[in-house]
Amino acid sequence: MADSSNKYYVPESSPWPLSGSIGLFMIALGAGNFIQQSTDFGQDVLKHQGTGAGWLLLAGALWLIATLFFWWRDTIKESISGLHEGRLSGSYRQGMVWFIFSEVMFFSAFFGAMFYARWLIVPWLAGEGNNAMTHELLWPNFQAYWPLTTTPDGRTTQAMGAWGLPAINTAILLVSSLTLTIAHHSLIAGERGKLIIFQGITVVLGIIFLCLQVEEYIHAYQHMGLTLNSGIYGSLFFLLTGFHGMHVTMGTVMLLIMFLRILKGHFSKDNHFAYEAAAWYWHFVDVVWLFLYICVYWL
Amino acid sequence: MTATTAEHHDHHDDHHHAPHGLKRWLFSTNHKDIGTLYLWFSFAMFLVGGLLALVIRAELMYPGLQVVDPEFFNQMTTVHGLVMVFGAIMPAFVGLANWMIPLMIGAPDMALPRMNNWSFWILPFAFSILIGSVLMSAFGAGHPSAPNFGWTFYAPLSTTYGPASTDLFILSVHMMGISSIMGAINVVVTVFNLRAPGMTLMKMPLFVWTWLITAFLLIAVMPVLAGAVTMMLTDRHFGTDFFNAAGGGDPVLFQHVFWFFGHPEVYIMILPSFGIVSSIIPVFARKPLFGYASMVYATASIALLSFVVWAHHMFTVGMPLAGTLFFMYMTMLISVPTGVKVFNWIATMWRGSLTFELPMKWALAFVILFTCGGLSGLMLAITPADFQYHDTYFVVAHFHYVLVSGAVFSIMAAAYYWLPKWSGVMPNKILGEVHFWFSLLSVNLLFFPMHFVGLAGMPRRYADYALQFTDYNFWISIGAFWFGASQLIFLAVAVLCCMKKGEKAPMNPWNAPEEDLEWTVPSPAPFHTFDTPPVIK
Ligand code: HEM
Ligand SMILES: [Cu+2]
Repeated sequence: MADSSNKYYVPESSPWPLSGSIGLFMIALGAGNFIQQSTDFGQDVLKHQGTGAGWLLLAGALWLIATLFFWWRDTIKESISGLHEGRLSGSYRQGMVWFIFSEVMFFSAFFGAMFYARWLIVPWLAGEGNNAMTHELLWPNFQAYWPLTTTPDGRTTQAMGAWGLPAINTAILLVSSLTLTIAHHSLIAGERGKLIIFQGITVVLGIIFLCLQVEEYIHAYQHMGLTLNSGIYGSLFFLLTGFHGMHVTMGTVMLLIMFLRILKGHFSKDNHFAYEAAAWYWHFVDVVWLFLYICVYWL
Repeated sequence: MTATTAEHHDHHDDHHHAPHGLKRWLFSTNHKDIGTLYLWFSFAMFLVGGLLALVIRAELMYPGLQVVDPEFFNQMTTVHGLVMVFGAIMPAFVGLANWMIPLMIGAPDMALPRMNNWSFWILPFAFSILIGSVLMSAFGAGHPSAPNFGWTFYAPLSTTYGPASTDLFILSVHMMGISSIMGAINVVVTVFNLRAPGMTLMKMPLFVWTWLITAFLLIAVMPVLAGAVTMMLTDRHFGTDFFNAAGGGDPVLFQHVFWFFGHPEVYIMILPSFGIVSSIIPVFARKPLFGYASMVYATASIALLSFVVWAHHMFTVGMPLAGTLFFMYMTMLISVPTGVKVFNWIATMWRGSLTFELPMKWALAFVILFTCGGLSGLMLAITPADFQYHDTYFVVAHFHYVLVSGAVFSIMAAAYYWLPKWSGVMPNKILGEVHFWFSLLSVNLLFFPMHFVGLAGMPRRYADYALQFTDYNFWISIGAFWFGASQLIFLAVAVLCCMKKGEKAPMNPWNAPEEDLEWTVPSPAPFHTFDTPPVIK
């Protein structure tokens, strides 16, 4: 328990939470209708309809981003005026830790699905356990192996190998974690030049990672026949790597914002929680990737 | 520059008073106002969900189809369940947490006040989507179907066969999830970071403890629910095969992911009740709570065990024998810490000088009726027995005993107990007595016969039934309408309190012991409390 001498800062009323809810509402309505109007069951290509809903989705996203911008502008002002000392900074720290924990649980749903699929579903579909009759009656030709490149109903694909692009991407993320740590140490040591350089390198590495992933997806779709529609392997591959990629995007944006804030001189050696939070997030994304690389690409 | 801004804020602090008008509620950063919003929202959803339930009971009053067609009936069971779980019970607990946790631990507010308001304001929008789909189905052109696959939204009912509204439903579940996670993070951080000096963890009131553990469960499982609905969405529209065996997936996978969320979720809906009842019983028994530490450990072990029992909802689906046995024994194990709690409540009352004011009445009804629900749960946990009971009205009886005469009764207990602190007015005694006795009698008329029709084989989620179940169903429906009408009495009680009509409440109307910090501030609690933290000895 921190000292009781300073009062805990409770902000004045703020319009941003309500505004953020309106943004989410627009996103939900827009996305729900857009997805519905522009896709069909069993078909993974967008048909480019539903533009009205699409605009609502876009407007909602922009609205939300603007809201967060103004909200965080308030927070940054408070931070610079010294209000984040003591217990309030503790609240932000703990809040961030629990947020990352919730993200971990989000990914574990998909990892759980993956292990369930490869350890149980696929063997069962091939007749293991007491499922001989199911196998015989439904898909007698089906064979169990992982990655599952031939589905029970006969769709085929190739599996993504672990070397080449994915390996390079692994290296990139690992290095980026390192450069980020160097930047963080420079911030604490007050070495501004070094900080700017290494923070910049980290952002660039994040962007390269994303570009390579896009390249990988294009390769998968065009040359390997690996799509969202190629059975459970494709489903898991794209959702796991896709959600990871979305998080890398978020993380890169966060690091970029931190880069701009460094240039503006927002951070000091002992008041830079936002920076730390972004760094934690980046390391989290990194660890998820290692799991992904091992479980999805490698094993 | 730094100094002037800080000064500016200090200046504001000194002139703190409640903001007025619409802005006060829309832009709030005050835990009490946000708590009030949550509580009213939850009560509104309770009435909406109740209305849907009455459509179900009107249809089931007599065999045959009279009121609605089966397609609409399915939408009623689905949306009733969803609205009650996510709209009524969970927000009620968050509202109570908002009001009471800062008061109980001597904190000036919730740790992250703006995020607090965000968690709340997401909910009305999320539910307007869900309820909107029901209104469209009832009154809209062409009557597009609302979600109709049961509150558990099993694939393939919700994927291959789900109506168009399913996609909006998925996004509204995402919104509810975001709201819950933010609310839960706020609770955890408040409890860890904002306790008054001297308020060690093992001195915290049990309501705070149970909510801390509930919040942990929420942060752990709401993201898993988000994962489940996301897989649903991609299966529906992006060609993935998570729940499609032809592509190497499995519909049963959906059930696993859902119940990995779902079972902890039922504890999310009961742990705060345990806290409420543990706060109330000692006050009216005039004895300290028996076995405080064991209550804390029991709550924690219930929470941990709740992660390894989920497949007791899936015994009939087909699992390897070892899995079935594991989940059966784990489920039975969970009743041990639950039993510890019931034992402690009874031991607290043992040789106490009991009085039976309204909060105590509700709390006692909770202890007895919740235990009934726990016992039927134990019957369901026995796999071979569950083969018979699964998907019958016996299950419906089980979870309504734990959720209605459990969670809802505890929320009522909390309301009667703390309304004096919230409003400064004692809840009307006569109305309160009528509300209690009507609810107690009607809830049993409503749910007890469901055990019998269930054991006799009446399946759940059908709009019609075999003739031999007629008599019971008639009385069940009478109980339902009686129970529903009785809740309007509570509406009157609450409105009277808000209008400050009634006997003025003293600071500590129930003579609670002075360790209970919430009773050391005036009634009604001023807009800001514990700006400087109290010191706990
Ligand atoms: C002693 C503790 C408990 C045990 C052993 C237990 C056991 C079970 C079992 C085995 C089922 C599955 C029945 C079936 O579908 O065939 C079940 C269903 C259910 N239980 Fe419990 N339960 C307990 C406590 C609770 C509590 C405290 C709650 C909520 C507050 C709860 C809420 C539910 C719900 C909502 C369902 C039905 C879900 C559905 O299929 O729609 N249970 N319980
Ligand atoms: Cu369960």
